[in-house]
Amino acid sequence: MQQSLDDVCVVVPMFNEANVLEGVLETLLAVFPHVVCIDDGSSDNSPEIARRCGATVLKHVVNRGQGASLQTGFDYVRTMTDAEYCVTFDSDGQHGVLDALAMVDALRESGADIALASRFRGTTEGMSRMRGLVLKAGVWFTRRSAKLDVTDTHNGLRVLRRTALNSIRLRLDRMAHASELLSAIVPAGLSYIEVPVRVEYSEHSRAKGQANIAAINILFDLATAKLRASA
Amino acid sequence: MIIKVLLIAGIAGAGLFASRIPGAGTGLALRRLLGAGLVIVAAVSVAFPEITNWAANLVGVGQGSNLVLYGLVVAFLFAVTALYQRISHLEGQLTQLTRAIAILSADKAEPRTELREPVQ
Repeated sequence: MQQSLDDVCVVVPMFNEANVLEGVLETLLAVFPHVVCIDDGSSDNSPEIARRCGATVLKHVVNRGQGASLQTGFDYVRTMTDAEYCVTFDSDGQHGVLDALAMVDALRESGADIALASRFRGTTEGMSRMRGLVLKAGVWFTRRSAKLDVTDTHNGLRVLRRTALNSIRLRLDRMAHASELLSAIVPAGLSYIEVPVRVEYSEHSRAKGQANIAAINILFDLATAKLRASA
Repeated sequence: MIIKVLLIAGIAGAGLFASRIPGAGTGLALRRLLGAGLVIVAAVSVAFPEITNWAANLVGVGQGSNLVLYGLVVAFLFAVTALYQRISHLEGQLTQLTRAIAILSADKAEPRTELREPVQ
């Protein structure tokens, strides 16, 4: 490790992840000293596990969705820490810590505001064909609506510089936040890079993750948000 | 037929109402006006049942009961969209409240003191 990671804060939204959380946080904390877990009203002992592993824990007293959790993490990093970089990392173990590290380095070197991960430039393990199709459709949709030249749009692994945290506000509480975040990049005048990563679909992440049909919810949330913005 | 114009206008109105956030007080005022109108119409049509037939013929509907049904459908659409708006507004407020509590009561990790691999 050449550079200190003291200026990096990792944000991990979590909801009932007790099964895998410990392993994920152990590997994460072995590399990144500052990890903030946002517990989205879990009914299991996820917050206790996170605390024991040495992460800062923020608790949503009621479940508000992953988008809301991420924004809570962003607000915390913005107002309560002086971190320059904020990593978003899923709690189900589908991301690699070394990928996150590589993205922080890439962002540092490039001077851009946001580093996005792409599983379609990198590799995936155990992804179903249907999920691949739904994700590709999401990519197509986002490339058109957000006017970004990206190859993966619903990847939970990202690195944001403080400049990006200051100008992005996620208002869509559920799963449409990934598109919402991307749509905010161009209007805010932020620069971005895309880094190839590996995504691993485990038994756990497949069972826990979103059903493909939930893409309808994302489209609905985005459409109503758009109608409201234009009215 | 006049009724078609009226109904489509009503449905479109409900759709428009759903897609915009009314200014402070506007939504509430609209709901109260509609509610009051509904009460008056209901009371009058109970007192004088033949009036619904008369109104139905006026707009080109065969029977008064059909006109009442159409009116109910449009009123239902408005009620649902108004409720939906109110709920999404409340959900936004709930998120902000939840976020504020989460940040204020953050359980901070102590600085890690154990030996880490030396920085080259």
